[in-house]
Amino acid sequence: MTRTNKTSRIEDEIDQNLKRAYDEVANEAVPQHLTDLLAKLRAQDAAKSSGSDGSDE
Amino acid sequence: MSDMEPMDPKDELVTHLGAMRAFAMSLTRNASLADDIVQDALVKAWGNLDKFQRGTNMRAWLFTILRNTYYSHHRKRKREVEDTEGTLQAGLAQKPDHDGRLQMRDFQEAFDQLPEEQREALVLVGAGGFSYEEAAETCEVAVGTIKSRINRGRARLAELMALDEDSPLEVTEVVTQGIVAQNQGLA
Repeated sequence: MTRTNKTSRIEDEIDQNLKRAYDEVANEAVPQHLTDLLAKLRAQDAAKSSGSDGSDE
Repeated sequence: MSDMEPMDPKDELVTHLGAMRAFAMSLTRNASLADDIVQDALVKAWGNLDKFQRGTNMRAWLFTILRNTYYSHHRKRKREVEDTEGTLQAGLAQKPDHDGRLQMRDFQEAFDQLPEEQREALVLVGAGGFSYEEAAETCEVAVGTIKSRINRGRARLAELMALDEDSPLEVTEVVTQGIVAQNQGLA
């Protein structure tokens, strides 16, 4: 159970590094090109549903 | 908000974008390639949102789409667009405090050398908060396979990083040798 054990220390280091590397990217602001893409997808959906609800355009 | 009504899937999807980028980066180890697969996976996921079962794990569902996008369309491009710069940036962008930064760079370099199936297993469970079962489902393999990939990945990382305070020089040496060998292999 002792955490002085070299293997567990290495495992801890690896896990910390994995998390740091992952979180660093995950917490970055969403880049503009993705925000733009989402806006486009939403606009397409809106156009589609208004098309089927209203006129048959 | 009190009646726990599930979020509109379209709104929920947006909340997973950061995680999708992080997972893509760990798969591709390449910023521009990661961007491309996130974009493609997002379009695919959006078009298939009606097939997503509400109440189930959307992140796992999205990661499955992302993986499939990578393995079926983009993997072959990886070698063509290898940009060490983008990969190393992740390490360099660390807060410039004490030796954490150097250690992170060593880690990124060691991580680069793992096969992608070990990288994804390590990231899903070690950083993404996936259970072994969820990771197995996402990667479409048995739970035992995920466990052994993680074990092998860890062992290899430990070997490459040689996290031994008594012999810090060995760390650089091992990693450098690995990179030299890799570069020779590519040449």
